[in-house]
Amino acid sequence: MEYIPLNFPFLAAALLAGISFYIIIFRKNLIKLIMGVGMMSSGVNLFLVALGYRAGGNVPIYTDVPEGPMVLSVPQALTLTSIVINVAVLALMLSMVINVYRHTGSLDSEKSRKMKG
Amino acid sequence: MATLITHSPILIIAIPLVTAFLTPLIGMANRKVRDALVIVSLAFVVVLVFALARDVVINGIRVYTLGATSPDLTIPTGFMVPVRIILEVDGMSIFMGIIWSIVSLAAAIFSLSHIASETGQNRFYTLLLLMVAGGFGMMFTGDLFNLFVFLEIASISGAALIAFRIKFADTQEGGFKYIVISAIASLMVLFAIGLLYAQYNLLNIGAIAQVIQYTTLDKIALALLLIAFTMKAGMVPLHLWFPDAYSVAPASITGMLVITSHACMYAAFRVCFTLYGSMLDAPVAGWILIVFGLLSMFIGVTMAVFQKDVMRFMSYHAISQLGYMWVGVGVGLAVLGNAEFIAAYGRDAMSGGIFHILNHAMYKPLLFFTGGALFHCTGTRDLTKMGGLAHKMKWTTILYIIGTLSISGIPPLNGFSSKILIYESVYQFHPILTITGIITSILTLASFTKAFHSAFMGAELPEYKEVKEVPRSMVIAMVILAAGIVFITLFPSLVVDWTIHPAADALIDQEAYITAVMGAIP
Amino acid sequence: MLSKIVRTVANQLILFILTFGLYIIAHGHLTPGGGFQGGAVVVSGVVMLLVAFNSQELKKSLRERLLTIMESTGALIFAILGFVGIGTTFFYNILVGSPVFGRIPPSGAGPGDFWTAGYIPPMNFAVGLKVIAGLTAVVLALALFASGEEVEE
Repeated sequence: MEYIPLNFPFLAAALLAGISFYIIIFRKNLIKLIMGVGMMSSGVNLFLVALGYRAGGNVPIYTDVPEGPMVLSVPQALTLTSIVINVAVLALMLSMVINVYRHTGSLDSEKSRKMKG
Repeated sequence: MATLITHSPILIIAIPLVTAFLTPLIGMANRKVRDALVIVSLAFVVVLVFALARDVVINGIRVYTLGATSPDLTIPTGFMVPVRIILEVDGMSIFMGIIWSIVSLAAAIFSLSHIASETGQNRFYTLLLLMVAGGFGMMFTGDLFNLFVFLEIASISGAALIAFRIKFADTQEGGFKYIVISAIASLMVLFAIGLLYAQYNLLNIGAIAQVIQYTTLDKIALALLLIAFTMKAGMVPLHLWFPDAYSVAPASITGMLVITSHACMYAAFRVCFTLYGSMLDAPVAGWILIVFGLLSMFIGVTMAVFQKDVMRFMSYHAISQLGYMWVGVGVGLAVLGNAEFIAAYGRDAMSGGIFHILNHAMYKPLLFFTGGALFHCTGTRDLTKMGGLAHKMKWTTILYIIGTLSISGIPPLNGFSSKILIYESVYQFHPILTITGIITSILTLASFTKAFHSAFMGAELPEYKEVKEVPRSMVIAMVILAAGIVFITLFPSLVVDWTIHPAADALIDQEAYITAVMGAIP
Repeated sequence: MLSKIVRTVANQLILFILTFGLYIIAHGHLTPGGGFQGGAVVVSGVVMLLVAFNSQELKKSLRERLLTIMESTGALIFAILGFVGIGTTFFYNILVGSPVFGRIPPSGAGPGDFWTAGYIPPMNFAVGLKVIAGLTAVVLALALFASGEEVEE
């Protein structure tokens, strides 16, 4: 794993966040918007996991630690919590979009809009 | 009693949580018992909050460490920093807690008959109680990551509640907008927490505040946190989702959503005053809050004048009223670190802003409830289609008048006392702030009078011949909030001494917050 | 509904998926995993059944009432385990030192001892119960939505 430059995951996280921002702002399809939110959460999760990574580190579940650095466990716990929360968010979004489609017959955010002003 | 107060920070969060999961089980057997359980548990939480408030004002900050051998053992033996989940209740947290407990009780009572004709009521109460627990968690937590978790709990249940009446198309749209905004905001918060954790290996607010350096990464984190929280609180450049989401929710939920906006505002203040505190470039941050607060005040009220939908009209007024609080506390933030200015007008401006949170939290849910009562009776939210309802709905009319007079700051009522406190103190900081505030106030009165006229005055309309006064539980809920308004009107100095000044002092005194977690600094 | 081959294989595989999910829930305090992860594995089995059979078929065998009871019970067990320790503090680990899950973990790299970690394994079970019920309800509701049927309350 030493061959991967250490800031490579951060660049990937930034790229994911950037693409997802583009999708959320400029795409009109509601399903694509949900995919954008999902991508953004993956970007943030990747960032958190990359924070806790130490090159050549140990798994942080031993009671008697071998010599050498240990991968930080707190960011992994944070990531897990965030993944759990995002499952709920995405499920809720999808169910709402299904209802929007039922009522308006369209997934285009321009056409299915009822409220203005 | 002492044990109960010791454990009350977690009990206030845990009791709604347990009740939330009991309601579906009990609701299957008996609906009456379920309703009684919801009301009783929320009433018990109100009692606990008041007991805790008295204790906090007298004895200072109370910390509660989950899972430790003693509740005040924040730093375990052998560690230098806190590792457990810590709840920290100071004057500002308990102030928000008082508001949230009263409004959630009123909202639950209002819901009893407001959603009586809907399906899936068990889930409605589960979500409502989860939202209550999430809100209390946001206010009481002393830990950044828990703030994120409780923010998500409150926003997910809030979004589901907005979209609760799935037979209408606009509720789905409003709920979807709310959940998208919440998801983006909370991911920004999580990213900022990651940035702070990367530098300091800490998650506790007090512990980070002790060692924070205000590096470039910290500034990015501050910007992300502020954007996220102001977006969720509905500050002006990011307010477009706000009326859409708030106008379509069931009225009881709209009243609670206003307070979740206040909770996000509280989180923004907590970040500025406590997390960054003395390291913050205070004038810049203060001016940012002031400028966008002024914009919120003015744009909110001018948009409200043109609205035909009664709930939408009140949502725009909520944006405008939130502006007063941003301005009041923003002035306090701008002079933070200058003891002379703080004593001269900074503390008063902050007290005014915080007092306005309390007043707004009483009259705005009341007005939303009256809007919900109109919708309940007439089946429309369009003001142009209503008329002559004062003949049929006497209680609603009287309560609407109380709310209107209060929101426009007519002298004896409570809206006036907080506004005058803001006007007098911010005038010394910059006169233009006071002028904008007064103009906004006049426009508010004008638009509410117009709405009153079109809904309640005039001859009886033939299509509303059959309209009756709303059911008793809705009237009780509105009377609870109106009683709050009357109480604050009659005893303003009592309220200010017991809740407002401790809250403002808690924000200014960063040292005490840190000491409560980290122990006395050697 | 898919072909007979798929249905037969799915019928056989579901047992293995359930076992693996329950293993991950039970060993949450020793290996990576826990209540949510194990629950998600179990629900992936439910998704497989949804694909192999159709959603109406599955709805007959999964009562919504049962799912609601399971979900609430899981959450209640979790909260009550928190309340048990309230003599000291909320979430205080009272099970440490007791015969149930109370052993002190042995030192050194190894597979670990199952009877350790106090109330964390029971909490994992509670969370697992809730996640299985909750996520099953979610995927079932979405599948029923997609097939154009009203979800009954």
